[in-house]
Amino acid sequence: MSLRSPLGQAKGLGSAKEGLHHWWAQRVTAVALIPLTIWFAFKVAILSMGDYQTVLDCIGSPWSAALIVSLIFAAFYHAALGMQVIYEDYVGHKGARIAAIMGTNLLMFLFGAAAIIAVVRIALGG
Amino acid sequence: MSSNNRPLSPHLDVYRLPLSAMLSIVHRGTGAFLTLGTIVLVWWLMALAGGEEAFMSAQEFMGGFFGRLILFGWSFALFFHLANGIRHLIWDAGYGFEKDEVEKSSFIVLGVSGFLTFLVWIIAFSFGVGA
Repeated sequence: MSLRSPLGQAKGLGSAKEGLHHWWAQRVTAVALIPLTIWFAFKVAILSMGDYQTVLDCIGSPWSAALIVSLIFAAFYHAALGMQVIYEDYVGHKGARIAAIMGTNLLMFLFGAAAIIAVVRIALGG
Repeated sequence: MSSNNRPLSPHLDVYRLPLSAMLSIVHRGTGAFLTLGTIVLVWWLMALAGGEEAFMSAQEFMGGFFGRLILFGWSFALFFHLANGIRHLIWDAGYGFEKDEVEKSSFIVLGVSGFLTFLVWIIAFSFGVGA
C-alpha cells in the first residue's frame, strides 16, 4: 500500500521537504531557551529589589541586552509554534483554527517587537 | 471480559492517568500559561523603558500579593516546562523510553523544577540588590 496522499499520487510529486521545519524550529528554539531562561530568571531574581537605575544599567548593558533580545526572539517564536500545535489538536472548526493560529502569530510578533524595542531603548539610554 | 491478557485501551472516565501522562498535559498547560505570561514580560520591559515613574509603579504591582502570586506561578511553570522540555529533547534523541526510566525521569523533572523554583525565590529574597 502506498502512503502517498491521493493528491500526491495524482500529481506524481514527492514531498515539499518542508514538513520538518515546524518540528525542527521548535527544537532549535528550545535548546536556545535552556541557558537563556535560566540566566534571565536568576538575573530577575537578583534584580527583584533593585532600584530603577540599578535595573536599568543591568538590563541595558550590551551583553545583557543582546541576550534578552535573543531570549525574546526564541521565546516568542517557540510560543507561537507551541500554541499552533495546541490549536491544531483542540480547535475542530477549520476557520476558527486558522484564525487562532494567525491571531497568535500576529500578536506574538507584535509583543516580540514591543519587547525588543523596549530593550533597545534601554540599552541606548533613550 | 475476555480471559486473555491483551492490553485494553484506557476507559477515560475511570482511568487514573499515570504520572507521565499527567506531566505531559501539564507541559502543554504550562506552555500556554507561559505564552500568556510573555505579556507581563513585555509590560515590565516597556515600563523600564518608559522611565522611573512607570517602572516604580510596575515594581510596586509585582511586589504586591497578586503580583507575587503571578510571578510564583510563572516561575514554577517556567522551570517545569524547562525541565520537562529537556526530557523531551532527550526522548527526541531516542533515549529514556523504558517504563521505569520514564517513571524515574518524571520524578526528576518534578524535583528539579521544584528545587529551581525554591532557589530562585530564596535568591530573590536574600541576595536581591538594592533597598
